[in-house]
Amino acid sequence: MATAIEFNNISKIYRLGLVSTGTLAHDLKRWWTMSVRGEEDPYLTIGETNDRSTKGDSEYVWALRNIDFKVEQGDVVGIIGKNGAGKSTLLKILSKVTAPTTGTIRARGRIGSLLEVGTGFHPEMTGRENIYMNGAILGMNKQEITRKLDEIVDFSGCERYIDTPVKRYSSGMMVRLGFAVAAHLDPEILVVDEVLAVGDAEFQKKAIGKMRDVSKGEGRTVLFVSHNMASIRALCHTGILLNNGHIQTIGKINEVVETYIGGKKDSNNSIYEDIAIAPGNDKIRIREFSISPIHGNIIDVESGIRINLVFKNNTPNIILDTTFELRTADDVIVFHTGKVLSPDGDSRKGFYQVTFDIPAHTLNTGNYTIRIWFGQNQKYILWGTYEHHFHIENTYTNQGRNLNNLPGILKPQFDIITDYSERL
Amino acid sequence: MKEENQEWTTVIQPKEKLLQVNLREIWDYRDLCSLFVKRNITTQFKQTILGPLWYIIQPTMTVIMYMVVFGGIAKISTDGLPQPLFYLSGICLWQYFNDCLTKTSSTFTANAGIFGKVYFPRLIVPISNVISNLLRFAIQLGLFLAVYAVYQIWIIPGQIHTNWYVLLLPLLVVMLAGLALGFGILFSSMTTKYRDMTLLLDYFVRLWMYATPVIYPLSTITNEKLRLVMSLNPLTGIVEAFKYGMLGEGQFSWTMLAYSFAFMIALLTVGIVIFNRVQKNFMDTV
Repeated sequence: MATAIEFNNISKIYRLGLVSTGTLAHDLKRWWTMSVRGEEDPYLTIGETNDRSTKGDSEYVWALRNIDFKVEQGDVVGIIGKNGAGKSTLLKILSKVTAPTTGTIRARGRIGSLLEVGTGFHPEMTGRENIYMNGAILGMNKQEITRKLDEIVDFSGCERYIDTPVKRYSSGMMVRLGFAVAAHLDPEILVVDEVLAVGDAEFQKKAIGKMRDVSKGEGRTVLFVSHNMASIRALCHTGILLNNGHIQTIGKINEVVETYIGGKKDSNNSIYEDIAIAPGNDKIRIREFSISPIHGNIIDVESGIRINLVFKNNTPNIILDTTFELRTADDVIVFHTGKVLSPDGDSRKGFYQVTFDIPAHTLNTGNYTIRIWFGQNQKYILWGTYEHHFHIENTYTNQGRNLNNLPGILKPQFDIITDYSERL
Repeated sequence: MKEENQEWTTVIQPKEKLLQVNLREIWDYRDLCSLFVKRNITTQFKQTILGPLWYIIQPTMTVIMYMVVFGGIAKISTDGLPQPLFYLSGICLWQYFNDCLTKTSSTFTANAGIFGKVYFPRLIVPISNVISNLLRFAIQLGLFLAVYAVYQIWIIPGQIHTNWYVLLLPLLVVMLAGLALGFGILFSSMTTKYRDMTLLLDYFVRLWMYATPVIYPLSTITNEKLRLVMSLNPLTGIVEAFKYGMLGEGQFSWTMLAYSFAFMIALLTVGIVIFNRVQKNFMDTV
């Protein structure tokens, strides 16, 4: 297949802090060294890696550093990474909103960007006028829009409001209209940033379906940024994981997503000897939490999972309850279930132990997070502070010769009865 | 390898060559330009009662004020022309220039939101501003022509010596637009990083009006040095040419017009080149 886009050593530097008098001094120095003395930009050599959480010495950071990759024609590439990893900067450079500091991008075909839907909507103009406006901003001409008008209106589901100023629209309708216009663009390369996060469930489904058609049916190249791993997995073939402006991994989408999520390391089973500094608060301290296989040494589909919690309760005479919430790597809640430990309001000060088993052949392979919530009289007294990551291994049993991870959250073992006869 | 040799259609680089202005791209986006023009015009008077009547009320008030202050109190000559006609002719042209300049000078700051999200040739925005301001100019010119007709037919019949030079009007308007566009984009490019210029602009434009023969005829300037300074102002020739063609008074000079035209071309070239450079990275500094 032909290469649709080629990123060549793309870097982007940003100056932090305020634009003020110091900027003029830097500008003058830059002008002096570059234009008068003909040397390189003095500030490019001192840029630091862009790590949002640590304080750096330099005012200049590399939002992107030496990004180098190619995108095949017709490929759907998901770009993932933490906030501030450089995803949006990369898309902004590709859609020509801002220029790279160094490097070159070469592309074949028109690049259409869908950075934020509804861009350029004027509140006083009607839906129809805004479709034209928005379409033209995205690079369509009038005939093109007129030809697709019915389709766009239909896709947006806003027929009734089409001749009403968009200031009377609900925010959801605005998004629908905006996406409808953008989805009917015809660029060979489509750049999409986090647009599916808005809109109701029905519309999201429609939007994902449309994006899939665009890439599969029409053979266009799509670059897609999202934090929603489920939609990334559903749409993309190739994944790029950005970390502090560098490419950390590039490859098949599933592997890249696993690497990204795997970044949350499996927690070790933990015992906190010193209860005073154990996780928790004044009311609850967690002394011990473990996740272990019921049978064997590793957690896999067939082993079953035993969850064991020991905690110290400091408040007597309340209705104490514990809830466990299990989420998949895509943040889908598998269950949120628990037990009231003292239904009669007679909790004691001291240590409680809570144990339960998730039977074998229940959960599929993959990464999971379990969170513990403590409640008192239907109010939470400790929540969100304690979470535990674990992994269910794929031991490849019971799935024939297939060595891949199979899809799905559950992997139950039903008594499937088979019968065969040559003729009925 | 055959496909590899296919030509790249888009190349994104840190900096382009100095004079590489993609005029073809601007032409490709002409539909967007016309939509911007339409939007500017239709949304301007949404939720106002008088609507486009404001275009007539504003210059009328200004003319009355000028008649009182400059004509009545300061007694500045109008070359023997009726005051309303004289002031109105100057105001029409000046107002158009003024509107275009102030509007285009905030191109980057006013559109930062949309520029930050999607790419289209940024020049479309100032160009559409200059075009949509033509409507206002046309209405005010209409007002001027109405007043002109009243004087020419009833009040002082046949005493206004309109001549063939009036046909230069379209060219004069193009020159005004070009100058305003050039100055405007230059200003907006300079203000993305350092906002000091915006504070200066207001003052600068007001001073400029007094340096342009709007409220006085060029003929009243007898001081040779002052005259030289006046003729350096590219607007002088344009305003005088219009007054000469329309009202038969004023100082028409091909040299001055040629100077204004050359000035406009040079300004536009410099303006577009700088604008083009700034537009690539302005999102990082705005």
